[in-house]
Amino acid sequence: MSPTARPGPSRRRSRMLLAAGTALGLAVGAALALALVLRPAIAPITPPGRDAFAPDLVRRGAGLAALGDCAVCHTAPGGAALAGGRALPTPFGTLYSDNITPDPATGIGTWSEAAFARALREGVDREGRHLYPALPYEHFTHVTDADVSALYAFLMTRRPVRAPAPENELIFPLNFRPLLAGWKLMFLHEGGIAPDPARSAAWNRGAYLVQGLGHCGGCHSPRNLAGAEEGGAPFAGGSAEGWDAPPLDASNPGAARWSEAALTAYLSTGAAPGHGAAAGPMGPVTHGLSQVPPEDVAAIATYIAWSLSGGQGGATPPRAAATAPAPAARAAAAARAEPEGATLFAGACAGCHGAGAPMAGQGRPDLSQMTDLAAPGPANTLRAILGGIEPPVDGRGPKMPGFADSFTDPQVAALTRYLRARYSADAPWPDLAPAIRTAREELSR
Amino acid sequence: MSRPIPAGPVLTRRGLLAAGGLLVTVALAPRAFADAGGEGGAGPAVLRPELPGSLKSTPGLAAWIHIDAAGRATVFSGKAELGQGIRGALLQVVAEALDMPPPAITLVSADTGRVPDEGLTAGSHSMQDGGTALLIAGANVRMLLMREAARQLALPEAGVETTGRGVVAAKDGRVLGYGPLAAALSLEVEAVANPPLRAPASYRSMGRDIPRPDIPAKLTGGEAFVQDLRLPGMLHARLVRGPSYGTSLTAPDMAAARAAPGVAGVVERGGFRAVVADTEWQAITAMRLAQRSASRRDLGPLPAGQGPDVLRAMPSRRINVEGLPGASSRGGPRRLVSNYSRPWLSHGSIGPSCAVALLKDGALTLWSHSQGVFDMQRATAELVGLPPERVRVIHTPSAGCYGQNGADDVTAEAGLIAMAFPGRPVRLQWMREQEFGWEPCGCGMTTRLEASLDAAGHIASWKHEVWSNAHNNRATDASGYLAAHELDPALAWPEQKPIPMPEGDGDRNANPLYAFANMEVRYRFVPEPVLRASALRSLGGHLNVFSIESMLDELAALAGTDPLAFRLAHMDDPRARDVMIAATDRFGWARRPRGNGRRGCGMGFARYKNLGAYCAVAMEVEVTPETGAVSVLRVEAAVDAGQPASPDGIRNQVEGGIVQSLSWALREAVTFDSEKRTSFDWGSYPILRFADVPGSVSVHVLARPGQPFLGAGETAQGPASAALANAIADATGLRLRHMPFTPARVKSALGPLYPG
Amino acid sequence: MTVSLTVNGTAHDIASPPDTPLLYVLRDELGLNAAKYGCGLGQCGACTVHLDGRAIFSCVTPLAAAAGRRVTTLEGLGGPDSMNPLQQAFLDEQAAQCGYCIAGMIMRAQALLDVTPHPDEATIRAHMQPNLCRCGTHMRILRAIRRAARPAGATRADALPAAPGPRTASATASAAPAHTAPASDHPAAATPCAATEAGLPVCALDMRQLDAGEEL
Repeated sequence: MSPTARPGPSRRRSRMLLAAGTALGLAVGAALALALVLRPAIAPITPPGRDAFAPDLVRRGAGLAALGDCAVCHTAPGGAALAGGRALPTPFGTLYSDNITPDPATGIGTWSEAAFARALREGVDREGRHLYPALPYEHFTHVTDADVSALYAFLMTRRPVRAPAPENELIFPLNFRPLLAGWKLMFLHEGGIAPDPARSAAWNRGAYLVQGLGHCGGCHSPRNLAGAEEGGAPFAGGSAEGWDAPPLDASNPGAARWSEAALTAYLSTGAAPGHGAAAGPMGPVTHGLSQVPPEDVAAIATYIAWSLSGGQGGATPPRAAATAPAPAARAAAAARAEPEGATLFAGACAGCHGAGAPMAGQGRPDLSQMTDLAAPGPANTLRAILGGIEPPVDGRGPKMPGFADSFTDPQVAALTRYLRARYSADAPWPDLAPAIRTAREELSR
Repeated sequence: MSRPIPAGPVLTRRGLLAAGGLLVTVALAPRAFADAGGEGGAGPAVLRPELPGSLKSTPGLAAWIHIDAAGRATVFSGKAELGQGIRGALLQVVAEALDMPPPAITLVSADTGRVPDEGLTAGSHSMQDGGTALLIAGANVRMLLMREAARQLALPEAGVETTGRGVVAAKDGRVLGYGPLAAALSLEVEAVANPPLRAPASYRSMGRDIPRPDIPAKLTGGEAFVQDLRLPGMLHARLVRGPSYGTSLTAPDMAAARAAPGVAGVVERGGFRAVVADTEWQAITAMRLAQRSASRRDLGPLPAGQGPDVLRAMPSRRINVEGLPGASSRGGPRRLVSNYSRPWLSHGSIGPSCAVALLKDGALTLWSHSQGVFDMQRATAELVGLPPERVRVIHTPSAGCYGQNGADDVTAEAGLIAMAFPGRPVRLQWMREQEFGWEPCGCGMTTRLEASLDAAGHIASWKHEVWSNAHNNRATDASGYLAAHELDPALAWPEQKPIPMPEGDGDRNANPLYAFANMEVRYRFVPEPVLRASALRSLGGHLNVFSIESMLDELAALAGTDPLAFRLAHMDDPRARDVMIAATDRFGWARRPRGNGRRGCGMGFARYKNLGAYCAVAMEVEVTPETGAVSVLRVEAAVDAGQPASPDGIRNQVEGGIVQSLSWALREAVTFDSEKRTSFDWGSYPILRFADVPGSVSVHVLARPGQPFLGAGETAQGPASAALANAIADATGLRLRHMPFTPARVKSALGPLYPG
Repeated sequence: MTVSLTVNGTAHDIASPPDTPLLYVLRDELGLNAAKYGCGLGQCGACTVHLDGRAIFSCVTPLAAAAGRRVTTLEGLGGPDSMNPLQQAFLDEQAAQCGYCIAGMIMRAQALLDVTPHPDEATIRAHMQPNLCRCGTHMRILRAIRRAARPAGATRADALPAAPGPRTASATASAAPAHTAPASDHPAAATPCAATEAGLPVCALDMRQLDAGEEL
């Protein structure tokens, strides 16, 4: 069996911080954690076969697996579903996701439910090796026994695919797994989530799904130097695959405009009237949620709506008029300040985003409602401009061409400055050239 | 009776008018205003029912063919090039009939000022009617030329022969060119029905793959489309409209548009609004200024969230297509009932509709990609208030339309706008979103099939019910155009009417070609339209064939019989059997991979309308249950179109029909909320792209030497979608009855318990 | 005020406003036909031209963005009497139905071949993904690109990807007699239909088709 690593595509930044975190964990915790380092193997089992699982359990597991985005990380491009092998380039080398089909030789066919539960919640594989926190066990640790059983039933009834995961290509010392025990000692807080009896069943269900399998905080929470989520600022915004994951607390520039209904639509289709479309790593998330029972998506929406309304803090942005359409005065001022950007916008963007364009008649949002343009950094705006947007579910939805091949870097910068000036009340982003270069590099991968 | 060519601009470099000296005589027949060609146009009156094809309406040879003194032929056809390659095919037919080299022939098509009225270019009638007319007219002319040559050479008629080079040769070596011969005789005579035809074995043009004449310009940026027409002083127009049919803007800002740079004027007649500018970009910019407005729905709400089954709850009229009511109640012990449907579809032309109009000296000339220039001439004349003889419509190609897209409307609208700018050509281009929002859709439909098997596994009864709106709502007078409903006063839409059998519309192909006992076929015609709809390639034939061919596989499974054997056991028509065998032989049906949970094979068959070409399609697919994706690995098709005029043209049409049908079945649905269509761009109306098209498509054209032409342009639509569903069922056991089979639907239908 | 624009190697002073999409400059000011209005949204590829050698949507590329850069349109590849190898391959394959998308298809494909002269099938399909065809001419377009991408002197076997699934058709088709009718008198005429296969009359395939690969 190959070394086990379950990096998520949406967690590149966490892996970038992994080196520091792991080293820190080694220094502080290694001595204390010696016992934690050495974990026993769990005896292999004979693959139980499809008939060993109740159909309802498998069905429930399917929805949970979609919610947890298992297939997103554990499927290589063009490869068999869940058979792993997806490469995740990091500054420290390349990680490959594992085969989690029930193939006995190369997958998890010989894993008992106990072994599976330990991997999910504690980040230790059947043979006792520590898994990299690309597998978000700091969230999955909250998953209930019943849901672990359902996930296990779902995975063990998939088609076994013989596909050995390629060896990870990590630099020393990160290829030394016992270091991970120290990281876990500091940042893995095992255990379930206690329900809040004062709140509705939907809220509690949402809280559980968001913090557990949904692992929303994996992208939407800031991370510390050790690559772990900052417990004090849950959902204050994070990053993924070069995209900024906007805050899901009151500091989200569009917080006031998100209703539960809009969130439900957005989460399950990738688009909602009056809001920007799901893009970047959020695309696969909405694709997954499109296959999740509607009541679970609604519960997630309930919880996120509560969070956006300030339930977990986050200062409301000071800009009073942030949600209003850009006033004409701002358009004129933006055009004066950024004439080249204004020209590029008129010829390239106005066909969809200008007044009187067809999208406007279809309830698509005015750009002044795009949180990306009011975000602290330009990452998402640049990625949308350069790479465009593809609809995540059935290829149906908002679709935007990329301009990487038609615009030069200075043109992208001019357009971006204009968009910021016209559609947000925030200060201009600083020098865009390095961010554009970074976005282009990531796009060409 | 003849009429002069109306005054109008002459595009000499396009060769739209040939050099002087050409005598053009177009018989202006009285209008029948009856269904002609089975596609619902008004069409010309039948004068000589005994003549074949379109000669019935235009029997005079001079209307079809002229040969000049140099021996070059000019041929006039009422059929239009829609991207289906008909020009090339017609050229091959008439070259064969005249026994001339194709390059020596100029084909003039679909110009109301110059060619015979052949009604619409639709319904796969072009070869059957137009091709046949040219074949017989050409053979008549060749007969006359040979007769004249024999007279001049003082030989018996059998003593001369044509050579394929535009001459008549005697056995003694003497040769007379067509030019001088034609000068010595008059073609102002009527055709005879049975002129001597060249023997198929000696064909020089027909049945050969001759490169299409229109392709080089399309590969090199030549002037190939109405969009490319640039007339001196031409203005550019754009319409100001709400998001989709049935809506209007609440406060369009025409004043802002009028004040925009380059705007030559605006047209505002009731709710019909257009901006006209010197350049396209100015027109677009002005249009957007005017369009900054909310919209409202002017008609009743659309049935948001409901699929085509909504038709079953609407008032309908029962049309008995076949069998007496109750005929299918007899039958065998094992019964099966299945329901099938497809949603409303967009024509999805890659180029939105466009037309150029010029009012000059009181006459209106329209360059249009309409399928029905003759109806267009009459109806537009009524709309703009000119007598028909002051309107000329010249067909000019555009992007493929596959039925009635916005072509007719945009032409009428260009005419309306041009009336306000005398002397200035006006080019009106619909925007992409206007095409999606305002064009007539292909009808959503639903069917219910019930059949039984006898003890021997043979079909013992068969009942087919189909619910549909009218599939043809082409304008035969002004009230059929969108603009007529925006003008003040607005006209009322004409009553929606089904096309009667044998062609049918919603019931097209609902009557199986198979020999079934106790057969009963009903058309539940729903007169009240749901979405604005009109003809889309194969009309109801798509869903009816899909339903029949899916049902056959369901029954074959019930009977435990191979799907091919089951079909052959119920098919008496030898040509139908031949295409089924040809397609499946080439496919390797007997050795095909059997369903392993992911891969599977299926077939489908139809004779289009039971009157046109026969087509069988066999297909291998791979289903990925984890994603719901369906990949078509390979397709083998066989088609019998009678004598193929252009085999490669038939292959091209059938290949394209298969891919388009797969796109319909796998991806497409026009979406709408209660107020408007919400499919307005290629993101909200996805179609197949390169990553999703089949691994291979092979089309095999059967040789039927000398047999009548059978229209082949639409024959693959039903069989391809049916073969797809049957292959998916073979692969997975999952029977998909409701299109489209998007990945999300397939995945959901298979479910997590699927053992694949 | 004019903007300088180089199209197909020729510099032009353009009078259109700088926000004008390149598509309308090419079509309306320079009178070039090839780039087509399809959607104006950068979603269909009918307007595809090259900008500094890259395939772009001219309908959403403002003149200002193209100024001072190198624009190539289909007209710049070759004319009716001077087709480049890709145009010739489209002609040889008769890879058009209505033809409205074809200019964009050729430009998109040419941008690939300029960088990767011998791409494999998956690369071709992925590269062509932005361009839409509604007539279903995809199989011919792919054949034409493969034909143009064939290494010089390569035989069909080493230049073309294997078709998925069993190959049963090519052998029978290849075996079908190509000419059973008298040789054509017409310069443009090709193969007649008159062969017989498996007891059925069939239309023999011409050599162009046999040469073209799996889609017989």
